[in-house]
Amino acid sequence: MGLENTLFESLPDVVTVKLDAVVNWARKSSIWPATFGLACCAIEMMNTVSARNDLSRFGAETFRASPRQADVMIVSGRVSRKMAPVLRRIYDQMPEPKWVISMGACATSGGVFDNYAIVQGVDKIVPVDIYVPGCPPRPEMLVHAIMMLQEKIMTESVRDRRDTYEKESRVSIVPGTLPVTEGTALERETEIQVAQDQVSRPYSVPSRHEKRRSS
Amino acid sequence: MTEKLHEFVEKLREENAAWVGSVLEAFGEVTVIVPRESIVDVCWALKSKHGFDMLADLCGSDRGPEEEPRFEVNYHLFSTTHHGRLRLKVLLSEDEPRVPSVTKLWKTADWHERETYDLLGIIFEGHHDLRRILLPSDFDGHALRKDYPLRGYEPYSMN
Amino acid sequence: MNTGVQNIPGQFEVMDQSLESEMTLSMGPQHPSTHGVLRLDLRLDGELVVKAIPDIGYLHTGMEKLFEYKKYQQGIVITDRMDYLNPLGNNLAYVMAAEKLLGLEIPERAQVIRVLMCELQRIASHMVWLGTSALDLGAMSVFFFCFRQREKILNLIEAASGGRMTPSYFRIGGLMMDLPAGFDRRCKQFADDFPEAVETFNTLATGNTIWQSRTMGVGIIDKEEAINWGLTGPCLRGSGVELDLRRHNPYCGYETYDFDIPTETDGDVWSRYKVRMRELNESHKIVRQALERLKPGPIKADAPKVVLPDRDDMRKHMDSLIHHFLIVAEGFNVPEGEVYHAIEASKGELGVYMKSNGGPKPERVHFRGPSFVNLSALPVMSEGEMVADVVAIIGSLDIVLGEIDR
Repeated sequence: MGLENTLFESLPDVVTVKLDAVVNWARKSSIWPATFGLACCAIEMMNTVSARNDLSRFGAETFRASPRQADVMIVSGRVSRKMAPVLRRIYDQMPEPKWVISMGACATSGGVFDNYAIVQGVDKIVPVDIYVPGCPPRPEMLVHAIMMLQEKIMTESVRDRRDTYEKESRVSIVPGTLPVTEGTALERETEIQVAQDQVSRPYSVPSRHEKRRSS
Repeated sequence: MTEKLHEFVEKLREENAAWVGSVLEAFGEVTVIVPRESIVDVCWALKSKHGFDMLADLCGSDRGPEEEPRFEVNYHLFSTTHHGRLRLKVLLSEDEPRVPSVTKLWKTADWHERETYDLLGIIFEGHHDLRRILLPSDFDGHALRKDYPLRGYEPYSMN
Repeated sequence: MNTGVQNIPGQFEVMDQSLESEMTLSMGPQHPSTHGVLRLDLRLDGELVVKAIPDIGYLHTGMEKLFEYKKYQQGIVITDRMDYLNPLGNNLAYVMAAEKLLGLEIPERAQVIRVLMCELQRIASHMVWLGTSALDLGAMSVFFFCFRQREKILNLIEAASGGRMTPSYFRIGGLMMDLPAGFDRRCKQFADDFPEAVETFNTLATGNTIWQSRTMGVGIIDKEEAINWGLTGPCLRGSGVELDLRRHNPYCGYETYDFDIPTETDGDVWSRYKVRMRELNESHKIVRQALERLKPGPIKADAPKVVLPDRDDMRKHMDSLIHHFLIVAEGFNVPEGEVYHAIEASKGELGVYMKSNGGPKPERVHFRGPSFVNLSALPVMSEGEMVADVVAIIGSLDIVLGEIDR
């Protein structure tokens, strides 16, 4: 009749597997991207969802407007100096586990825009998992990037993502409101350090997630 | 087409000879160089009497730090009735990059003037809200000036 | 039984005086309905918008600075990324400004292909507008139908130029290369299918009561205000001004094509919607006429120092090889002077101010983006409206942030 019948005829009631395998399988099968369109690549990102390329075949068609509900941020387009802090904030607002796809030449390396206004590669602000070349990449390439990300997720361990409830999550000042202008706890700490040590302010504050990777 | 535009310029000259500095014609376009003080009056006359009711574009330009006058501001006027185009040009020196604002005549001048201020540092006197529009408010310098490097200064250049 | 107003108990009285405190809502830069990275500072009184202040610059790319460091032919690539829904229109405006400075004559076939490609691109741009603005108002399926049509046009553009979204197809003095074999057949096929698709859109949106009540009477701007704010394109025509640069400042031989200028008089979101929907049909008409006019002929101007020679010539003639080397390595000198050239892009008047100092690189290139000017009128349209209607108004303006911030 259905999948259930055939499965239970051939399989026992209890299956022993690695926890990582099950959790990663669940994670990779429904990656929800954040609706975060920047420039030309955003139109190709929209095209990826539309009928011809149909990203829902890979479980990643549910674009969420709120970063709180998103798993992967697709940086689609050039990141300007003015946008850089905003992008970092959106990344901080995403809950763990989170991944970043740098879509297109501009997000990856600045592309043709090597000037005062554009950040030369989004990896100076957030850690990037997958780089997609192209200007803009074809929708097929973004689909491929999502599939590569799924492969990458399968190789991860749940232990790596343990530091979810750390202090870089936002502190609410007034009950019922989301502070938009206040920095994260880590940013405030860094500001105090900057004030004490007289060092120049870093462009972006690394989150714990990044610190772990670099160590 | 340009004869008609020259007629408008002649009418302007009849009205007040001090309004029209010199008239250039090139590539089928007519440029009138207007003294800084009278730009608002000229625009008003063209708008109310000669049908140039739309300010299509306003942009500044930097000729380079060694040139004198260094800056120029171009007003591209357009008419929705007779479809003619006229360019007004104001020349400004580096020491005093100030020009009266035309936001009282055209509301569209608001953002154009803010952009010109942002990128070239030309100050529009009488503009109600002259602040940066494209670049962040803590940006140092004016990006489209010829002496501003392409890749910018620290801390904005992170190379 | 008296059910008059006086029977309403005290605690249910309708309060129509404004609250003492206004609420400030920061909308964007990451917001699904702002079509990019626009930020709006909204002052709200309840649900009414008291003041709307657009905050732009989150996609500032420094293109105008970059033009000054690139040769004329390299600048074409940058224009693609400006209004990325209408890249061929940007190419055309930039290329025609440079041609005006150089005084080049463009052959007939190249002109026809330019018109054909620009009109196809205009349809594609309107498809994205319709899809995204419908998505903002909650009509999801329109988006899929629109992108299906757009995909067909992108395939045509890819066949001609090799690029889907960033074609750089128009070059100074002509085209990059001729149309591939069988292009006109594929294009005809698209032109045959398209009217049916427009019918689908009309069924999905135009006749939809919800769509009508969301758009009618919202975001009104009258004729005088629209001219004063410098609106162009469908936004101006929606306010009752019959102005189309294809007709009134003709270029590329548009004066010989037969098309109407759709205008509406109400100046609201619904009018702008209807103008664009009728423009789809007009563009379709022009595409058909251009297809009929496609005759074999040269596609590049006769200017060996500006236009790249054919590959075949380079193998046979020394001169061609030298010219090719010089154009690529050093560029070509453009006579001193300044021009302002305006075309009718899909969003309005796209003007290029180009100033040359006689060298191979421009001294100043300024783009007058239609979205930039149209967006500046957003406060007039949205003040006094509901906060949910702001989304409808932004959708009706058809803004592209790449062009606004440049």
